[in-house]
Amino acid sequence: MSSDFFFYLFAVFTLAAAGAVVGLKNTVASAFALLLCLVGVSALFVLLDAFLLAALLVFVYAGAVVALFLFIIMLLDAQGGDRKPFKKTAYVSGGIAFALLLVGVLSFWKSGAQTTGELGAIVPVGATLKNYGEQLFTTYLLPVQIVGFLLLIAMLGVIVLSKKFEGLEDIK
Amino acid sequence: MTVGLNHYLILSALLFAIGFFGVLLRKNTLVIYMCLELMLVASTVALVAFSRFNNTMAGHVFVFFILTVAAAEVAVGLAIIVALFRRRQTIDVGELNALKN
Repeated sequence: MSSDFFFYLFAVFTLAAAGAVVGLKNTVASAFALLLCLVGVSALFVLLDAFLLAALLVFVYAGAVVALFLFIIMLLDAQGGDRKPFKKTAYVSGGIAFALLLVGVLSFWKSGAQTTGELGAIVPVGATLKNYGEQLFTTYLLPVQIVGFLLLIAMLGVIVLSKKFEGLEDIK
Repeated sequence: MTVGLNHYLILSALLFAIGFFGVLLRKNTLVIYMCLELMLVASTVALVAFSRFNNTMAGHVFVFFILTVAAAEVAVGLAIIVALFRRRQTIDVGELNALKN
């Protein structure tokens, strides 16, 4: 099936890009790898029939957030290139954590708690813009208001944080 | 084997794990922040997959809110990093030890 092929394609693409975010030495390269990873995730959203979320992910994350990251990297001139090699303890603890995760995922896989049919068999509920509007302005009206308030607070916070404070004693 | 919910959940878990390792292993504050974003995105993959396979809208709307909160979080976090850099001239977490002892 073609959708299966695309799932594996984009899954491998996304995981490789995510690995590159962690592994690359240059911070700018990491930011671009994050961009690729987000594009892969938005492709997976398209496979899951979440078209609006796919578009929003590219707009908000790939557009605004990664651009902001790149802007800050350039502002701080922190592109680095001098990442110290990971310590031996980091490798060991990383290996142990990965083994534990693998056991967890495999047990989940074996027990098969979630047995659902394939994607084509389930009719999508219709995540159209109209449905989003209906949900957001009826059932989820209060969360929308709270999130709007959160954005306002975040904006004020950023303004306060980027102000220069005179006469504060230095944190040593 | 056709792709089902399990495949998406395992992909989500792996993506989350990569982000988690990034937070643990890397020393650059900006890269740590990117890995935090990676973990948030991994959770959205799981939510959208659950929503799709259970035929409901709730997960989609929740991802909507996650995107908003993540955007606000990035803005504030990067402002904090800039303020920190102005004061300490470094963004290496190994050297940011003001709370040590």
